[in-house]
Amino acid sequence: MINELDSLYREIILEHYKSPSKKGDLPNAAVTVEGNNPLCGDELVYQLEGNPECITKVRFSGNGCAISQAAASMLADELEGKSAAEIITIITKLKAMMQGQPLDEEEDLGDLESLAGLSKFPVRVKCAALSWNVIEQALKQL
Amino acid sequence: METTTVQAMLNVDQIRKDFPILSRQIHGKPLVYLDNAATSQKPQVVLDALSQYYSNTNANVHRGIHLLAEEATEAYEAVRVKTARFLNAPSEKCIVFTRNATESVNLLAQSWGRSQLKPGDEILLTEMEHHSNLVPWQMVAEQTQAKLQFIPVTDDGYLALGQIDSLISSKTKIVSLTLMSNVLGTINAVDEVIEKAQALGAKVFLDAAQAAPHMPIDVQALGCDALVCSSHKMLGPTGVGVLYAKEELLEAMPPFLGGGEMILDVKLEKSTWNEVPFKFEAGTPNIAGVVAFGAALDYLTELGMENVRAYEHQIAEYAFEKLSAQPDVHIYGPQNATDRGAVFSFSIDELHPHDIGTVLDAHGIAVRAGHHCAKPLMRRYGVPAMARASFYIYNQLSDVDKLIEGIQEVRHFFKIKH
Repeated sequence: MINELDSLYREIILEHYKSPSKKGDLPNAAVTVEGNNPLCGDELVYQLEGNPECITKVRFSGNGCAISQAAASMLADELEGKSAAEIITIITKLKAMMQGQPLDEEEDLGDLESLAGLSKFPVRVKCAALSWNVIEQALKQL
Repeated sequence: METTTVQAMLNVDQIRKDFPILSRQIHGKPLVYLDNAATSQKPQVVLDALSQYYSNTNANVHRGIHLLAEEATEAYEAVRVKTARFLNAPSEKCIVFTRNATESVNLLAQSWGRSQLKPGDEILLTEMEHHSNLVPWQMVAEQTQAKLQFIPVTDDGYLALGQIDSLISSKTKIVSLTLMSNVLGTINAVDEVIEKAQALGAKVFLDAAQAAPHMPIDVQALGCDALVCSSHKMLGPTGVGVLYAKEELLEAMPPFLGGGEMILDVKLEKSTWNEVPFKFEAGTPNIAGVVAFGAALDYLTELGMENVRAYEHQIAEYAFEKLSAQPDVHIYGPQNATDRGAVFSFSIDELHPHDIGTVLDAHGIAVRAGHHCAKPLMRRYGVPAMARASFYIYNQLSDVDKLIEGIQEVRHFFKIKH
């Protein structure tokens, strides 16, 4: 179990939690979407600049556990410069990863791949899922 | 330590043998169950009562003339008498069985509240209520255009009773508050509230879901108009709640749920109601659950609720001493062990409670992490969530030590210097 803990809280996750790179406000955001996990109180706000063809800038704010905040930070890192369709593909892969499905070798989800250990902690999947649930809402409004 | 005095109050070694789940291993470690405020574990006698009932006695109650139906009714009604005795209610007619404490509050809100409240009337609650003693009142306030008022909570987890005179007036029709906070552990000084509210004609309802498992309850000494509690937090099975109310209040209240059992006569267009408490028990109740709840009450009565309270006070003192000695641990609620039950909500520096909970779980220690169904209270303290360790009769002082060791593991894991 202690080893599984290490796979849940990978070093890279703790780094994103302690020093998130995309935390902040976007005063000219095209969309601002808020989400929370009513069961645990995690809160997340994503702000996106750009259009469905290209999301140019992403910022987030919120508070919650290491997993929720690190996932939000890692996802924000991956989104900038991508289209809505590309982002949906990433989210689909993340959801499959949460079910324990390994990624294909050629796939590259960047730091987000460190979330793979979550599949062994079903009660914590929702912590990470908050970030892509909010992004899915945001893309619909873009 | 006070090990000798502690053991004189309760024979915890013996008690632990009565709870089969305590021999379970969690992730390869012995279970340290510190989530008793959420639900308690069940002794073998309660498990046996459930199985015995279904094996030997099962039948529907209050109907049928065969022997099983008679025995089932007798067993079910005997627990009503036991419950009345446990709460020192003047009569078993004052005891209504529901599904849980939440349903008991909803019953009060929808029956008494909805039939009595008028626009502009006030319902007085507190900032520390569990959602179950808040949301039902929000619903009835909307239905009747009554207004909700709240007794604030101080920084150290007490009700701000200094403000009570400005909050209670002749407009106040219902006061509903918790006897012990499921988050802060605060045992509220309800006497003054009850006295002042009743003097102005208001009814006072107590949420004893957290208090009843841990301290003696005497509804006549309290003088409250109604009180609710829940079987599953006091060693009994899930699915059984208790509503105590003064008989005259129950008589004056219209039914909550309609159906079989709660009627005297039914015609196609209209029905008349059964006498109390049956008027409030529509449909087949959780008979097996109630019967097993009776075994739980016997178990607690055998231990003696004074002893339970005294023992848990010892645990609370030890836990408070140990937790407050940790410089990075912040305890919410009263900063002493006297005005609280053995419930400790805490935080560790900037760590989120879920991360604390996951690491503790990996070491076999079960705590709750979250908002504890008290979101307004989380906002009051400016936090999204808290970690909570709550103790019961089968916990030992060594469980406190294990929690402190677990906290050290949490620090180590998240590389917090201490």
